[in-house]
Amino acid sequence: MPTVEQAVALGLTPGEYELIVEKIGRQPNAVELAVFSLMWSEHCAYKHSKKLLRSLPTEGPRLALGPGENAGAVDVGDGWVVAFKVESHNHPSAVEPFQGAATGVGGILRDIFAIGARPIAILDSLRFGEPSSPRSRYLLDHAVGGIGHYGNSVGVPTIGGEVYFEGPYEQNCLVNAMALGLARADSLIRSAATGIGNALVLFGASTGRDGIGGASVLASAELGAGDDDKRPTVQVGDPFAEKKLLECSLELLERGLLVALQDLGAAGLSSSSAEMASKGEVGLDVDVARVPLREAGMEPWEIMVSESQERMLCVVEPSQLDELLAVCEKWEVDASAIGAVTDTRALRVFVGDEIVGEMPVPALVDDCPLYDLTVEPPAAGLYPAPPPVLVADASPQEVLLALIAAPNIASRLPLFEQYDSLVQSRTVRRPEQADAAVLALPETPRGIAVSIDGSGRRVACDPYTGAIEAVLECTANLACAGAEPLGLTNCLNFGNPEKPHIAWQLTEAIRGLGDACRAFDVPVVGGNVSLYNESSDGPIYPTPVVGIVGELPDVARAGRSGFTRAGDAVALAGPFAPSLPGSELAKLRGDELPAGLAQIDVAAVRTAQQAIRDAVRAGELSSAHDVAEGGLLVAVAESCLGGAIGATIEVGAGDELMQTLFGESLGSGFVVSGSQDALRRLGERVSLDILGTVGGESLVLTSSELLIDVTLDELRAAHGALAPLFA
Amino acid sequence: MRFGVVRFPGSCDDVDALLACQRVPGASAQLLWHGDADLHGVEAVVIPGGFSYGDYLRVGAIARFSPVMESVIRFAEAGGLVLGICNGFQVLCEAGLLPGALLPNVNRRFICRQVNVEVVRARMPFSADMADGEVLSIPVKHTSGRYYAPAAVLESLEADGQIVLRYAHDANPNGSSNDIAGVTNAAGNVFGLMPHPEHAVEPLSGSVDGLKIFTSMAHAHG
Repeated sequence: MPTVEQAVALGLTPGEYELIVEKIGRQPNAVELAVFSLMWSEHCAYKHSKKLLRSLPTEGPRLALGPGENAGAVDVGDGWVVAFKVESHNHPSAVEPFQGAATGVGGILRDIFAIGARPIAILDSLRFGEPSSPRSRYLLDHAVGGIGHYGNSVGVPTIGGEVYFEGPYEQNCLVNAMALGLARADSLIRSAATGIGNALVLFGASTGRDGIGGASVLASAELGAGDDDKRPTVQVGDPFAEKKLLECSLELLERGLLVALQDLGAAGLSSSSAEMASKGEVGLDVDVARVPLREAGMEPWEIMVSESQERMLCVVEPSQLDELLAVCEKWEVDASAIGAVTDTRALRVFVGDEIVGEMPVPALVDDCPLYDLTVEPPAAGLYPAPPPVLVADASPQEVLLALIAAPNIASRLPLFEQYDSLVQSRTVRRPEQADAAVLALPETPRGIAVSIDGSGRRVACDPYTGAIEAVLECTANLACAGAEPLGLTNCLNFGNPEKPHIAWQLTEAIRGLGDACRAFDVPVVGGNVSLYNESSDGPIYPTPVVGIVGELPDVARAGRSGFTRAGDAVALAGPFAPSLPGSELAKLRGDELPAGLAQIDVAAVRTAQQAIRDAVRAGELSSAHDVAEGGLLVAVAESCLGGAIGATIEVGAGDELMQTLFGESLGSGFVVSGSQDALRRLGERVSLDILGTVGGESLVLTSSELLIDVTLDELRAAHGALAPLFA
Repeated sequence: MRFGVVRFPGSCDDVDALLACQRVPGASAQLLWHGDADLHGVEAVVIPGGFSYGDYLRVGAIARFSPVMESVIRFAEAGGLVLGICNGFQVLCEAGLLPGALLPNVNRRFICRQVNVEVVRARMPFSADMADGEVLSIPVKHTSGRYYAPAAVLESLEADGQIVLRYAHDANPNGSSNDIAGVTNAAGNVFGLMPHPEHAVEPLSGSVDGLKIFTSMAHAHG
């Protein structure tokens, strides 16, 4: 029998080990301990976050599938639903960025087709240290390569995403992948195993020793020295296998052969079988001797916890088993009946006739202790001030060119061009054509828009307001495309929650997320939590990544972010109250992070976003672009670059000039262009200042004097600062 | 015109190509399963983009041996119209139906980008609806799209008018020899190109220039 020390080595606490003994009435054997250690890991059991997550709103008029299934979904009309979810693959990517990122994409795609939806889009949210660091460049290059390798090969477009570069991610990068899927509302499938005597079929790739302990040892602990030794815990992806698995799964579903479907993710066969049994309130027998293996001599516990990729588990009626196996054969997908649904309420593991493990399903799934967090605001100076790269007395023109070239603002096209954004023929707005990606829906003029965002540095300044900003930034992006938000998914990337200051960040950020969602009537349809993102350098910036899906009544009128027409008026719209502390300019100057951001009037922002959205939908505006990192002038410059046309603008003189030009308040200000009449009409609904006129080959700014006169070529050269990273 | 679009297990742009074919007035289109040697009486074959059989060995190297490709090769040798897009172009080169080969891009990265291509030779079966010198806006998306052929082959391709599309000035995304974006065989009934015309058929996507290749095929067929 394994000892308590061995349980601790697998990531359990002595108290948790005692609880397991109590729940099963004896000491667990090696198989059972391996399964429990994964099922009770932070990654699978959310034991430090579940209580907080219960405060998030999960109801909404357009909700089709809420949290609890492999992905959530919203109703987009005409019987169609859009499924979506974001998930992290941070620690695998920090250890092996190419495969870590690739399998992150693979995993989130399986979550989507596990509920019966065809994956139609991928977005990524990436965080690295400053690109001046060789390690960050290596992680960036290989993570982008891995995402492209997987997404491009599997035939799902990568239509958007974002990347930030900040020192605290140097050792612990973040790779979050979001996927969307499309399904008929009446063809969604659940994961609940039902029907005593039904067969349990494992199909897809064979099972190997890759990814053993990925969810516990790697994902649920801080990174430290010697993590290179953890490379065997990182899985290896095969997008061709995934492509066949995807088509095979959808064909099985279409033929009505599936009782239940579940993907194998973290903790492999253990969690997938336990979850299916738990949801169906049944038991499952699993014979590991019938699991196709990649190598001989694998122990039963290894087979149960292997995280080999591209595998699915389904329940099928015995009379339909042969037809199911025939469909798998057509797609050259291996399938094997490995067990059956029972009435025991236990997960029983067999090797042939010999039983090697027996665990009550409720103990595995429901009985992991949930912990209350000890919450305490951090002492000042948790994060060092960023290194200054810009002198304090730089001129407005120097600041503009520095900001537009800053790693957090420079054009993302050098990344996006490495992803297929077009396959499946739905893409109406590609990366950098609009603030949100826009996809057409079948057989209707309607479409969907999607955005993902979350500035960790802002959340580090103020977890509550920063989390609100992450939501507002996404809804602002949607508004600029003309879309109304329907549902939200989030990935909460934080440090070690057992430390009171991290617990405070997590608690405050979730409070902010919940308040913003309620203010916008947007439900949380699902998400993921990634904790213990710390290294010897300290914790990452607290990084709640928010993904929101919205709808447009007419994709032909989807908004654009770039100016389109010489002679149009340019205006700043919205209750924009910029401030410099916590801004990108403050970062370039090397300022300390402020303890708190300016509060936001969320209701006023929502009203403004509705006005922008209505104007875009009515075809009133030539362009709409939200003022984000870098402030007003950067937004104007981006609209110039997006449309390859200049602008001449004027702002009032005053002491607050730099704050006006470069201050930030995410999600509340919009640079719009259109006819004078259109902007006047918009101004009746939202505060609006005419700034100037679209036209020419330069961006010209005057206040009481000429402040800036830069050509589009100069702006373009500065904005292309990331391209050399991929040379 | 009845188009058939080959579907390998790793095809990605098969449905996109199918939808593009169906936009041609009067045309119909169906998928052709890779394991089925029967072409089901189609009058033109499209081999779409994607990764055929995973392409871990060399792009298009395995697809060439599939049952459907045995039939496509006979169909082409009998004068049937065969269009290979991206991975389809790679497969046709591997099958020996088109000269040359597609090598990894000079920057060794996947590139997804809208590019301008120039019509070098109009009024061919695949360019019937175009004019010489016309510029088409069509996206590319590939990792191995650098067209290569020995100098002597390039010379004869130029001399015989087998180059139908060339990347416009400064638009060559991958380092292709002579800026070649699309070539035909000597008989002119087999055409391969790296740009994806099926992704330039819908006004909402920003360009409908790609549709001309499909309508040209229908017109050539008569």
